[in-house]
Amino acid sequence: MRPFLFSKSSAITQALAKKNGTTQYIAGGTNLVDLMKKHIAEPESVVDITSALPAKIEATAKGIQIGAMMRNTPLANDPIILAKYPLIAKAILAGASPQIRNMASTGGNLLQRTRCPYFYDITTPCNKREPGSGCSAIQGENRMSAVVGYSEQCIAVHPSDLCVALAALDATVKAQDKSGKIQAIAFKDFHRLPGTTPERDHNLPANALIHSVALAENAFAKNYAYVKVRDRDSYAFALISVAAALHLNGNQIIEARLASGGVAHKPWRWLEAEQYLKGKTANAATFEAAANIAIKGLKPQSHNGFKIPMLKGAIETALQQCLNP
Amino acid sequence: MKQEHNYSRRFFLKTSSILGALAFIPRGVKAFYEEVKNFIVPKKEELPINVSINKKSYAIKADTRTTLLDLLREDLNLTGAKKGCDHGQCGACTIHVNGERVLSCLTLAVTLPGKEITTIEGLADGDKLHPMQEAFIECDGFQCGYCTPGQIMSAVACVKEGHTKSVAEIKEFMSGNLCRCGAYNGIVESIQKVAAK
Repeated sequence: MRPFLFSKSSAITQALAKKNGTTQYIAGGTNLVDLMKKHIAEPESVVDITSALPAKIEATAKGIQIGAMMRNTPLANDPIILAKYPLIAKAILAGASPQIRNMASTGGNLLQRTRCPYFYDITTPCNKREPGSGCSAIQGENRMSAVVGYSEQCIAVHPSDLCVALAALDATVKAQDKSGKIQAIAFKDFHRLPGTTPERDHNLPANALIHSVALAENAFAKNYAYVKVRDRDSYAFALISVAAALHLNGNQIIEARLASGGVAHKPWRWLEAEQYLKGKTANAATFEAAANIAIKGLKPQSHNGFKIPMLKGAIETALQQCLNP
Repeated sequence: MKQEHNYSRRFFLKTSSILGALAFIPRGVKAFYEEVKNFIVPKKEELPINVSINKKSYAIKADTRTTLLDLLREDLNLTGAKKGCDHGQCGACTIHVNGERVLSCLTLAVTLPGKEITTIEGLADGDKLHPMQEAFIECDGFQCGYCTPGQIMSAVACVKEGHTKSVAEIKEFMSGNLCRCGAYNGIVESIQKVAAK
């Protein structure tokens, strides 16, 4: 690990005032400490923001606001989350291990870096780690890589489960800047596609930190599912994950939400399939048709053609599970 | 008898003046070296860490880069917590911070002041083993023993959290602790035994 200066801040504005070129902010540390050990992150200074960020859920006029420092375990166990946004709890519990969930923060979950093996191996070229050096995954081991939204420069996927649920529920990221002003960023605009700048994962302004994540009231607390397919039954990153939620009137779908992890550089919404489901009768045939819409035109890599039928099956399974959550 | 030697008065004056000059050079060279080093090599910082481990207070100084795991093992000789992968993938370094299980390999020691840390060394009550330690012995919850301190710390937390309603639930909530010997059945049995008490 490269030596660094360490300090603590008790307010976001104070933490931002300390920022210089390579400053990193540490909350749970479950990703950052590892990145520092591997010399992927080499900050000259690290600022501990565990006491600078809000750490609880607050009620707002339209719903709730989850403090950026709220750790994964208390978030997944929170009675408001379980009653009104159970999809969030389900997604969190599908990710990481109990130890990591006890440490990891909500804000850090949004900002975690990809788990592409080449990003982690500093002896190989990687455009995300070293812009312009090339992408090793395209010609290399890419069974975990993206099947949609990727570019010639990067085929990495976003590793979060929580973010897939937040994307499905149309969350809003609240970022606070140096002056204390809070800016709202729609979740769909928060994470980026790689394009020609794969080194940038998200659109958080340079001089801002995540303050909280807001969720509006919704009608998805009854019929929801989170299906995660991975190499082992627990404690592994997703090959494919699907967050599904249905707002039903009897057997008729009023509104549907479908999002996936393990498929793209950002949590991916299947908007066309959602549109198709609207107004349809909730049954196996409808779900299969929606899944077929989602997988249409996807272009897998050399090693992950299996992800297409796997995705189709996961979408159908998730929608089916929505009927009996 | 007159002794033959090569030392002349001239030789003495020459060497002593060179040595005298050399005595002054190192200071300048050293300062220059330090200056270059500070420019190229980033500054290390050592901070005081006041921390309570197994109900004992420690006041130590550590490099900001020190993880809690290294602090325990290298500085405090508490070698119960093990370094398996050092990347948060195996759970061998599991300890409790404020009663909750966390990974000491991904925790920077400088973030700890004010927190209560419990390691495997702090579990027993004097000579009396913790019920989970007893259960691991009775149920063959280990073979080589390397993952065991982490397994036991995780198991104690698992019972405390109440994630013991079924074998499937225990396995899910113990998935952060790997055992390459494959003592999983004994571990699950140990947890069931303690949970039933």
